[in-house]
This record gives sequence, structure tokens and C-alpha cells, in this order.
Amino acid sequence: MRVRVENVRFHYRLGEPVLKGVTLDFEGEATAIIGQNGAGKSTLVRLINGLLKPVSGEVRVGDWNTGDFSVARLARRVGLVFQNPNDQVFKSVVRDEVMFGPKNLGMSGDTALASSREALADVGLEGAMDANPYDLSLAERKLVSIASVVAMNTDVVIFDEPTIAQDYAGVQRIGTLIEKLKARGKLIIAITHDMDFVAEIFPRAVVLRRGEVIIDGSTREVFSRPDLLRDSFVEPPHATQLGQALGLSETVLSVDEAVKGIKGHRSRLGGLAGSDTAHDQQFFQ
Amino acid sequence: MKPEVMVQDLSYRYDDGEEKALDGVSFEVYPGEFLGVVGPNKAGKSTLCQALVGLVPHFFHGNMDGRVVAGGIDTRETTVDELSKTVGLVFQNPFTQVTGAKLTVYEEIAFGLENIGLPRDEITRRVDEMIALFGLEHVRHHNPFELSGGQMQRMAIASIMALRPRIVALDEPTSQLDPQGSAEVFQAVAALRNQGLTVIMAEQKVEKIARYADRVLLMHKGKVAACDRPEVVFSRDNLLDLGIRPPAYTSVARELDLRRPDGTLPVTLDDAVALLRNSSVNS
Ligand SMILES: Nc1ncnc2c1ncn2[C@@H]1O[C@H](COP(=O)(O)OP(=O)(O)OP(=O)(O)O)[C@@H](O)[C@H]1O
Ligand SMILES: Nc1ncnc2c1ncn2[C@@H]1O[C@H](COP(=O)(O)OP(=O)(O)OP(=O)(O)O)[C@@H](O)[C@H]1O
Ligand SMILES: [Mg+2]
Ligand SMILES: [Mg+2]
Repeated sequence: MRVRVENVRFHYRLGEPVLKGVTLDFEGEATAIIGQNGAGKSTLVRLINGLLKPVSGEVRVGDWNTGDFSVARLARRVGLVFQNPNDQVFKSVVRDEVMFGPKNLGMSGDTALASSREALADVGLEGAMDANPYDLSLAERKLVSIASVVAMNTDVVIFDEPTIAQDYAGVQRIGTLIEKLKARGKLIIAITHDMDFVAEIFPRAVVLRRGEVIIDGSTREVFSRPDLLRDSFVEPPHATQLGQALGLSETVLSVDEAVKGIKGHRSRLGGLAGSDTAHDQQFFQ
Repeated sequence: MKPEVMVQDLSYRYDDGEEKALDGVSFEVYPGEFLGVVGPNKAGKSTLCQALVGLVPHFFHGNMDGRVVAGGIDTRETTVDELSKTVGLVFQNPFTQVTGAKLTVYEEIAFGLENIGLPRDEITRRVDEMIALFGLEHVRHHNPFELSGGQMQRMAIASIMALRPRIVALDEPTSQLDPQGSAEVFQAVAALRNQGLTVIMAEQKVEKIARYADRVLLMHKGKVAACDRPEVVFSRDNLLDLGIRPPAYTSVARELDLRRPDGTLPVTLDDAVALLRNSSVNS
């Protein structure tokens, strides 16, 4: 499935534009959307799932123009995990919460149950079927909201800040789930402030700044441009920052790559001169 | 020096909890110190924060043993209201902190200040200061429920910091902030320590804790697994077993077998870079 956002403008209040003509094409590649608080990231994904409609321009999900479809219809194609699970979770039993979407899409009881079970197991909550979501912690409630969307088995799956409140194991689990969805051919879009997560999971990154796309490219390219990133209140992953501070010639994206890069650099040059200027351009430590 | 916060053999079990949320926790925090609290989900970080402001045991139902003394006050022997004049808490979920009683960000931040009866011009001064400090100028007249996630989190921190508590507990306060916003919160909090603020901050961002905290309390299953300087705690080789990822700089240094003179691994970017430069001169 392909999602096209064409010259979309949007505001909540007249005279305070939130998206100022955004054009993006999503097809195949999993994409991370990053950028400062209030840049318009959550607004953009609410336009893709049809909760909001553009003031001008258009959003197409496959051959559907979101302007012509209700949110309920669009839910057949687009699943959106909300930033705040409290805005999404509304049933008093996890089982009902996770089965609600699949049933609404017309899945039979058995299929919906199987799909919900699998999604809950994917987020590590197979034991929580009978719990009340409001007795769960914030991290678990977020996982329930993820499972509810994944269980719907839509072609497009959008995650707004999936890793909020998660510990290291939780972040890994969500990463594994996204890899599984990618392998099934789902179109994945995720908003996150966790740049290590972006580098690990997403081949493409889009940077939004004050309602405009200012960088769109391969994650490695995007993180190799510290100057532009800094203007957008974003920083590269930690391993990348280390590589940049040391003046490694290649942009490294992970701890493993940094280790290899440093070893290679040492054997080539017999030392790590690095450049002081690179080191001076530090990020938001 | 007298500790500003004393936690002595603190245990707590929620009424509906199967296990103890806190189990024999003891530590001290000194005036002006920044204590980072790390640990996996359910380790007890939030419960500990709630114990510092007296919500445990006064608000939640459960069973508490041991003692918490904050700013010289035994939390058991006072009320949550009284204690809030000394200790502030920024909640893990900013959503739960919004009063719902106010129509603008400005009024929301002013709310707590009005409650303690500050004069109007002092309120205005402090709220303006917080709005500038936490980058909320664009939305000062907006409805608190119509903010982006990060803006709401900024507002929640601003509301507490405006009260100028002696001690502040921050429960994962930067989880929804952009990288610059998150750096600004750490910097702002660290700067206020010069005026005597004592900081206890639960965080998953280990690189930030490594850089800003004086000491790190590592929690695991309600117990204190370690409480020491960041480079000591993050140099442990069983961190992953305790549910914590070491800072990326520390992992790189471990792979390259690069240690500081005291045998610990570097935990900050600066430290790692300095060590790498030196080692390459010698190698
Ligand atoms: N329901 C709403 N009514 C009015 N303004 C809104 C509403 N929701 C968001 N805004 C404003 O629109 C702008 C963009 O918000 P959005 O939630 O899209 O940002 P974001 O990029 O997701 O930020 P964050 O990283 O903080 O989640 C912000 O200035 C915000 O205050
Ligand atoms: N209000 C509550 N009622 C019952 N049990 C609770 C409550 N709050 C927390 N618990 C339980 O207490 C234990 C410690 O939870 P706590 O929220 O303090 O951990 P945490 O380290 O803050 O976790 P997280 O990283 O998910 O925020 C967990 O087993 C949790 O389920
Ligand atoms: Mg958002
Ligand atoms: Mg917590």
C-alpha cells in the first residue's frame, strides 16, 4: 500500500498554520518521522488515518482520498497507535480492548481472538487478557494500545511514540514487532524522539520543522548532517555522535559500527587524531 | 553534611500488589545533589518518587515500613499538602498532572502559585520565567488539553518548578521531549542545584543520567541493586541482566577495552573521546 501526502496544509486555529504544505510519499520502506515538539508530527499522522482532514492539499491511502472516507472506513487500511494511550484505550478489559478493532473490521470472533492473542504475545502481554487496562502501568497500557492496532492487521501501521515509558527490553520487543510487520509487507510509519531506535529499525527518516519537511532521506544520510539536525532540535544517535566527535570518515549508526569504524580508523592512520572542530560541534548533551 | 533526603529501610506493598513494590530501600541524598534513578519497568521507580512526596503512604492504599525524611520532615508525620511546600513531584504521565480546571497554559502554571497565596506580580514573574525556560511561548494562551505531547510534558515540569521546591522528584520527565528539550530540562535542573535544589530523577535515558547525575541509584525488583557514581554503576558487567542498557559510549569502550585510570569505563561522550584520543597516542 502506498500513502501520498500532497501539499497538505492544516491548522487547528485560523492564522496558526501547523502544516505548511507537506508533500511525502510512503511506499515500502519503514519511515521514522522526527523533529521538535510541536512540529506537527502527530497532526500529520492524524491526517493520514483520516481523523483530521487537510485544509488544502490531499492525502491518499492507496487509491482512497481521505477526504472522501470516514475514519471508520479508513481504519480498514490504516491503523494508528496514539501518542497517549489514555486517548485510545477505552474498554475495561484488555481482551475487549484488543478485539474491538478487529471485530469492527468484520473479522469473525475466532479470527479476531487469534489475531488479538498473537498481537498481545508480540508485546509480551499474553498474560494480561483479563486485566483492566487502567490497572496496568503506563508502559503496559502503551503496549496494549500497540497490540490493539496490530491485531487489526491493516496494510498501513502508524506508531506515534511507540517507545514511551518502555524499558530496554520493551524497546527491543517493539523493535522486533516492527521487523515482523515489515517482513509481512506492512507499510510502517513511526514518530519517535529516540534516535537510537530510528537508526536501528528505520531505513528512512523524515525531519519536520515547524510544519515543513526539511530533510527526507536514508537514515544514514539524515544523521550525517549534524548542522541541519541541530536547527531542527534533533540529534544523531549516540554512537553516531561519538563517530562524528572522533572524525570518523563514515557515518556510523550503532555501537557495533562505531567499534568497527574506530578499529579501522586506527589501523589505517595508526591513531585517532580526530578533529577538534568536529568535537566542538557537540549536540545537546 | 546533613542529608536532604533520607530513605531508611523503606518497604511498600500496594494492597492489590502481589509483591513488594519497594523492598528494603535505603539511601541518602545530599543538598544540591542530583540522584539519577534507573531500572527496568516495575522496578519501583515511580513508587519511590511517590514515597518522597508522601503520596505513599497517604494517598495510595498499601502497607509501608521504614522511614522517609525529606527536608527534615518525616513523610508519615505530615500531610501531602504540607510536604508539597518542600518536595515537588513531576508525574510520569503529564496527562494525569493537568488540573483540568484552567483554560490556558499560563493559568495552569499559575495554579499552584495561587494556591500557596503568592502575590499577583510574583506569580506573573515566575510563570513568565518558566514559560521562557521551557519553550512554551507559542502556546501560552492555548488550552492545556490541546497541546502536543511534548508541550504538555514541558508544562507539567514548569508547573512544579515554578513552585521552587527545595527537593524535586522527576519521574521520567523527558520521555516525550525532543532531544534539545530534553537537554534543556537536564541543564535547567542541574543549574538550579547551585541554588540548593536537590534532584531525584527517574529516567530511561542512561546517556543523560550518566552525564548529569552525581550518583545513580539502580533499582531492580524493588531493591537497590547499586548506588554509586555513574561510571561505577554503568561499568558493571551484569547491567543487561538487571534490565538496563549501558550508555552507548560505555559499550563502545568495553568492546575496545578502554578504561579510565580508576578502572571504570567512560560513560559520557567527552570521556570516551578523551580516552580514545589518548589511547591512540599510546597504541
Ligand atoms: N487539538 C488541538 N487543538 C489546537 N492546537 C493543537 C491541537 N493539537 C495540537 N495542536 C498544536 O499543533 C501543533 C502541532 O502539534 P502536534 O501534536 O502535531 O506536534 P508533534 O510534532 O506531534 O509534537 P510532540 O513531539 O510534542 O508530540 C502544536 O503547536 C500544538 O500545540
Ligand atoms: N497504583 C498501584 N497499585 C498497585 N500496584 C502498583 C501501583 N503502582 C505500581 N504498582 C506495582 O508496583 C511495582 C512497582 O511499580 P512502579 O510503577 O513503582 O515501577 P517503575 O519502576 O516506576 O516502572 P515503570 O518503568 O513501568 O514506570 C510494580 O509491580 C507495579 O505493578
Ligand atoms: Mg506528537
Ligand atoms: Mg514509573
